[in-house]
Amino acid sequence: MNPVLDIDNLVVSLGKHAQAPRIIDGVSLQVAQGETLCLVGESGSGKSVTSLTVMGLLPKGSLVASGGSVKLVGEELLTAGDRRLRQLRATTMAMIFQEPMTALNPVVPVGRQIDEVLRAHTDLDARARRKRILEMMEQVRLPEVERIFASYPHRLSGGQRQRIMIAMALVLEPKLLIADEPTTALDVTTQKQILTLIRDLQRDHGTAVLFITHDMGVVAEIADRVAVMRQGRLVETGALDTILRKPTMEYTRNLLSSVPSLVPRAPRTDSSEPVVLEANELGKVYRERSWFGKTREVAAAKDVTLTLRKGRTLGIVGESGSGKSTVARCIVRLIDPTSGGIRLAGREISELSHRLLQPHRKKIQIVFQDPYRSLNPRITIGETIAEGPINYGMPHTRALEKARELLELVDLPPDAISRYPHQFSGGQRQRIAIARALALEPDVLVADEAVSALDVSVQAQVLELLDEIQSRLGIALLFITHDLRVAAQICDVVAVMQHGRIVEQGPAAQVLAHPKEAYTRALLDAAPGRSWDFAKFRPVSSGVAAN
Amino acid sequence: MAIETLPEPSIPITTPLRPRLGFLTATPIIATATICLLLIIAIALLAPWLAPHDPLLLAPAQRLKPSSAQFLLGTDGYGRDVLSRIIYGSRISLLIGLGTAVLAIGIGLVIGLVSGFFRWVDAVMMRAMDGLMAIPSVLLAIAVVSLSGASVMTVLVAITIPEIPRVARLVRSVVLSAREEPYVEAAISVGSSLPKIMWRHLMPNTIAPLIVQGSYVCASAILTEAILSFLGAGISTETPTWGNIMAEGRAYFQIKPSLIFWPGLLLSIAILSVNLIGDAARDALDPRMKQREGGQ
Repeated sequence: MNPVLDIDNLVVSLGKHAQAPRIIDGVSLQVAQGETLCLVGESGSGKSVTSLTVMGLLPKGSLVASGGSVKLVGEELLTAGDRRLRQLRATTMAMIFQEPMTALNPVVPVGRQIDEVLRAHTDLDARARRKRILEMMEQVRLPEVERIFASYPHRLSGGQRQRIMIAMALVLEPKLLIADEPTTALDVTTQKQILTLIRDLQRDHGTAVLFITHDMGVVAEIADRVAVMRQGRLVETGALDTILRKPTMEYTRNLLSSVPSLVPRAPRTDSSEPVVLEANELGKVYRERSWFGKTREVAAAKDVTLTLRKGRTLGIVGESGSGKSTVARCIVRLIDPTSGGIRLAGREISELSHRLLQPHRKKIQIVFQDPYRSLNPRITIGETIAEGPINYGMPHTRALEKARELLELVDLPPDAISRYPHQFSGGQRQRIAIARALALEPDVLVADEAVSALDVSVQAQVLELLDEIQSRLGIALLFITHDLRVAAQICDVVAVMQHGRIVEQGPAAQVLAHPKEAYTRALLDAAPGRSWDFAKFRPVSSGVAAN
Repeated sequence: MAIETLPEPSIPITTPLRPRLGFLTATPIIATATICLLLIIAIALLAPWLAPHDPLLLAPAQRLKPSSAQFLLGTDGYGRDVLSRIIYGSRISLLIGLGTAVLAIGIGLVIGLVSGFFRWVDAVMMRAMDGLMAIPSVLLAIAVVSLSGASVMTVLVAITIPEIPRVARLVRSVVLSAREEPYVEAAISVGSSLPKIMWRHLMPNTIAPLIVQGSYVCASAILTEAILSFLGAGISTETPTWGNIMAEGRAYFQIKPSLIFWPGLLLSIAILSVNLIGDAARDALDPRMKQREGGQ
């Protein structure tokens, strides 16, 4: 049987010249009817460019498909005209994107947005179209379809919006569905539902799915076959089980072994070191005063009590909106808590004014999620790192010397000192941000989703670096993450947050292996690929935990 | 967990914000504008050597002479050489244009930075700015000049005041978005003082938009000065400015239209050049704007 999608020796170059650099270099893929091919790779590997080439959506003028062929049900796409491609999109191939909020038009009700697809490609009358849309919305398991039909995108949750996108993509029963990181922006529990939905719809409709992801866990959940890409080339292709158990290429092995295991690492011995950070019934309430009527109150964090000892790591895990970042910001005093106390090295800091807080700020430092925005693009790395020590009275030359030492500590060349942030990759920037935080020799380092924006291999390196720094400097880490795998590998104690409260708190080995609360259990159940121990190339045998 | 590192793409060492003046010759039109502006600046600087006659010398016997070898553009109603007056007039126009741009940006920057950072200042300052913007700028300038007497300095101040709110609002909007950047929060957490945060982390974000805004302020100030002079509310009438020359030429428009034509032409060229260069600077500093215009 012919494959639905047949990419043969595709070359995409940057510009039209014969010697132009190749973004995609000789990629060949086939996706059969009813099959899911997962295209895996780190950022910059060319997986998204491949999918955009298929859709005919390459940015005109800059990227050019200069060789090979892309056949959709036997029809060549690279030479097809714009008009033909427009017909094929939606009817024969459809795509869903990472961020459903930006993919939907915010000022048009979602029902009408799906209707547009039907109006453009079918002759159905209004009533038939509406019936078809409502059916489709039921198929993607949206509740109260009549109400949602007339709702604007901002009224829906992230998961519901992604369901709308899927409904829109599948309403004309295309033969090929391209999903570009469709669950990356969603919480784990929602992600699990969407993955199940895509799987079920595929079974019912026999759609071929090209699923693009960077997450090995998601691959293990949804793929029939896997294609691994790196720097525009195909590293290897194979059935899911083969790739996970017996990857043949070195790169694939490395990629798999850097996926952190969900099985918590062996617990360290109990620490009798002094407590450096304590939060007591910390709370943050946002008040919204309206002109008429009463104030609206939103509790972003409530009764959060945490204790962190020197040289230990406390993890706060939770889904988006659980209040974990609010807690981190309160503790660093970037925002002021509305109730409760924070004791930093034995000193209460929650009530201090900004002026009195100044000498205590240096004892607690923070590393942010987005390494592209947390460094001032106009200031050299050296000046960025030296800023803190200079603020606390260190002479400029001595501070720069210190910056050089710190760069060495985070494994960057000392000549980085006179360069600018845009000259570094995401992982390197995160190292720089860590160096900046360490420059003040803090007692506590707060890492707010500090590895979430990084590729797995880079993530593994940064986690290793944090671990090393902790054992060398005896620093305490407050680690905020949504990723249970990361938490399992770095935390001694884990606090699970939901709706601004701590639901469960205890040693990582206990909370993540034998959770007591239903919510923790639900989170663990939803973690994609939880049945695989990627680094050991085998499934997790049930009941085996670190202790 | 030792794993192979990807080779880092080698990136050439460049410093952001190094002045890149290549945009001044990007297209033939912009290149022409640059040349025109440079010429006008040269004329203004070299006025004493270029002008064939004393621009203030009255010669009633030579009234309203047509172009001749002695008076290239003829003479005006008092027998003064029009060419010399236009040459000297460019000095005032450029002085007012640049002076207004520098003053308005300097004051607007401070107001904008402060009100972008402090909420309580913001409420007061921005209402004051709204109030200023509600008054037509020429009217405000006339009021200021008639209250404090006409001189180059008062005209400069009079034209600057209505330009300040535009700059302040621009700076404020840039600061409002920049202060949410994680690198500003990082600066707070390493204990940087407020003035340091403003100067080092917020102010540089405003430079690019301010260069662009500055060119527009400059162009509009040159025009406003000409309008004030034309209306007789500007610099005293014997001083040669393009506006004054046109205002005096108005009476003789039917006999000698060139009295209005030549200063008017130079005024248009100066303003057009400054605006074109401003547009080019905007495109060069913010490539996204260009893309949008290109329809991509």
